[in-house]
Amino acid sequence: MTSSAAHGPAPRRTIPGTPIFDGAAATQGYALNAMCFSFNDPANREAFRADEDAYCDRFGLTAEQRRAVKERDILGMIATGGNIYYLAKLAGIFGLSVQDVGAAQTGMSVEDFKAALLAHQEKMA
Amino acid sequence: MSTIVGGIFTSHVPAIGAAIARGLQQEPYWKPFFDGFPPVRRWLEQAKPDVAVVFYNDHGLNFFLDKMPTFAVGAAPHYENADEGWGLPLFKPFEGVPDLSWHIIDHLVGSDFDPTTCQRMLVDHSLAIPFELCWPDAEAWPVKLVPIAINTVQHPLPSPRRCLALGRAVGAALESWGGPERIVVMGTGGLSHQLDGERAGFINTAYDRHCLDTLGPDPDALTQQGALDIIEQAGSQGVELLNWIAARGALTGRVEEVTRNYHVPISNTAAATMVLANEAPVPA
Repeated sequence: MTSSAAHGPAPRRTIPGTPIFDGAAATQGYALNAMCFSFNDPANREAFRADEDAYCDRFGLTAEQRRAVKERDILGMIATGGNIYYLAKLAGIFGLSVQDVGAAQTGMSVEDFKAALLAHQEKMA
Repeated sequence: MSTIVGGIFTSHVPAIGAAIARGLQQEPYWKPFFDGFPPVRRWLEQAKPDVAVVFYNDHGLNFFLDKMPTFAVGAAPHYENADEGWGLPLFKPFEGVPDLSWHIIDHLVGSDFDPTTCQRMLVDHSLAIPFELCWPDAEAWPVKLVPIAINTVQHPLPSPRRCLALGRAVGAALESWGGPERIVVMGTGGLSHQLDGERAGFINTAYDRHCLDTLGPDPDALTQQGALDIIEQAGSQGVELLNWIAARGALTGRVEEVTRNYHVPISNTAAATMVLANEAPVPA
């Protein structure tokens, strides 16, 4: 007989610096992602802007998710199950472009992040 | 007897829509990308499709995590875009072709696929931007739509092999469709890019070129690896390549590359555009 380990979750593959939004992450992040999904409605974006804490309450975010939202901590949101396709809607409320979001996660300045993207052009030329 | 005229493959970055809305096509940042489209439009003028079957991924407009289908086929009489959270101008509505949608669904289920079927379905930028790029001046879209959404959001994602098989089953369905339609297939998204994590900004031009070189002549070569392998090489959202692979599968004849364009970067993305014409096999 195989050991009981065969019935547990398979070891998860990791790709450095790359969140894998799997069942565990989707479970952990459900409330945060549900809040972000609600921002498709402009009235909800307005309600969030008017009172962030109350809006986070409504969706039952965890303390760590609330901290990450309050501090605009993208990696923190991802670590607590946020998915970038939904977080992009929240980033829009914060006035952050995908370059701003990329720079924030990599610790680069936005200028350096954009320059790194452009550098691929020169490498190809 | 319907005709599959070919496939259009293109990136669908939301910023492209914003650039169109602001008329920036000739700005130095954007021009190298938009310059890829006049040859696409010239081909379309000759190919004259009246239906588009589009493989794309929903970005949290129609589907949320409460119900996340791996494959979803639209069977609605019409489809609309809606606010995706950024308050951008909405894209024009799309006319559906439900009888063809149901023919595809019948064929898929008959081929052991288990798609979700949608009689109400919002479609997002990843479907609308390719239409804007192909038919920029149209008052109404000149083609009707069958949308096929592939889950690229929540793991486990379908394998590249399964996506190619899905596309091939759709192609077989289109071949067996008795209508007079001329059908163009589209695959949207990619190529390499990553929005999330410490590796955000990742781009892999060598892998992208490999994909562009291989998609037409040998799509099976792109299915020898899993979705996570694509993510490793093309970035988290580079896995939208699955849409391209599925669309390629629907081209059942001999394919010939008509045009391609590759430009880095558009926003955080290595942007690519390609047309593969599809020549139906001569009946024996």
